[in-house]
Amino acid sequence: MEENKKANIICRCEEIEIDEIRKWINAGYTNFEELKRILRVGMGPCQGRGCRDIILRELSKATGKPVADLLPGVIRPPVKPVKAKLLAEDNE
Amino acid sequence: MTVKTADVIVVGGGVHGASTAYELAKAGVKVVLFEKEYLGSGGSGRSAAGLRQHFGTETNLHMAKYNLQVFPTLEEELDTGMSLEFTQWGYMWVAYADTVLAQLQKNVDLQRSLDIPSVMMKPDEVKARWPYLCMDGIIGVAFCGDDGHINPQTLTLSYGHAARRLGATVKTYCPVVKLLAENGKIKGVVTEDGEEWHAPRVLLSAGPWSTPLAATVGVDLPVYPERHNLLITEPVEVFDCPMVLCLDDGAYFKQCPNGTFMFGRDDQDEPHITESTNSAKFLEGVTKSVLKRIPALSGVRVVRQWSGPYDNTPDHNAIIDWTPVEGLLVDCGWSGHGLQFGPSGGRVCKELLMGEKPFVDLYRFRLSRFAENDLFFEPAFI
Repeated sequence: MEENKKANIICRCEEIEIDEIRKWINAGYTNFEELKRILRVGMGPCQGRGCRDIILRELSKATGKPVADLLPGVIRPPVKPVKAKLLAEDNE
Repeated sequence: MTVKTADVIVVGGGVHGASTAYELAKAGVKVVLFEKEYLGSGGSGRSAAGLRQHFGTETNLHMAKYNLQVFPTLEEELDTGMSLEFTQWGYMWVAYADTVLAQLQKNVDLQRSLDIPSVMMKPDEVKARWPYLCMDGIIGVAFCGDDGHINPQTLTLSYGHAARRLGATVKTYCPVVKLLAENGKIKGVVTEDGEEWHAPRVLLSAGPWSTPLAATVGVDLPVYPERHNLLITEPVEVFDCPMVLCLDDGAYFKQCPNGTFMFGRDDQDEPHITESTNSAKFLEGVTKSVLKRIPALSGVRVVRQWSGPYDNTPDHNAIIDWTPVEGLLVDCGWSGHGLQFGPSGGRVCKELLMGEKPFVDLYRFRLSRFAENDLFFEPAFI
């Protein structure tokens, strides 16, 4: 059981475990924007597609606010990773 | 309504506000910091976060040198559990024109006279040391190997976290809507939810948002926002690529310690706004320009782009000064090089707020220089 808990990676891009996320929530960082900047959750190639909902549920539990009332953070262009050379091509 | 009080109120939770709150709390001052969103949500966290000692004036160099003395042990000092990701992979200014090279040489001479280990390098020396750089057309570079990078988000958050631990009150998602003054003296602030806080001294360190706030007590700041864009790639093998700043078209790039690359490029046509909106034109222009200098990255994927506002002044230097409203100090207008001045900015603001003599002469940063037409010209700004 203990082993299972340790391997509970929530953000696969940055390999962040649930315990680490809970630790910072308990330290008072109770929104996704702050956790993103402390832990890089949501900054990897998937930009939080895997972890955002799980983290928002954790934040909801910690703050007592419904998920719908929490700030979900921002997904930035180009949304899906694009090779640099494709962006550099002339669009004319 | 109860009015709450403090010794010092800090308005703005960027790196300067957070480091000042930390320094004040460490000195036992009752300080309250107000930030409209999360710490670093304005220009600080959005910064390219280059750390450099390449400036061309003694004032900036004295402060830059102090910053680089603080950064190597700052993570240990703040002790928050957050990694500051400080690296010293160097910072390079690349010249494509004789006049630019001559100015770099002058800057480096001044830096060396202050014991900063900068050097000038010829194109073949650059090629030999960084064979992956493709610097066609360059005539020389200025390089300082002690310069580097830090994570601007964890830097700002760590200052705030350590300040809280030392007793500071740090109020996030709590915008200040106006300052209060009475008989020419600062009195306090009013927050968006109607709370009134009083203090005999207030620091305004709200980047480009400082201008409208200063105006609420009749202080005119010549500080305006300008959007700047950055992008980050997926991580690649770490090869300690320094910050490379190309002085032909303003493109720059560097590797971050997790292997990702950051690309940026300055563009004079960018809008003068505080909103962090995105630009497709930036993506095309910056990738074209950077891939020319480091073609090995052409197959690397771009993961995210973002933008943030510079807080420009007419001479692209900061204002650190008491205003005509007694007790109101401003520290803003860093015009794009302010993140790295978090340590020295926090120190001098703490010194001013506590009535101590600042460790550097702040005369050049005075607010009245604009009215006096005695601008603070810094030859090395980007």
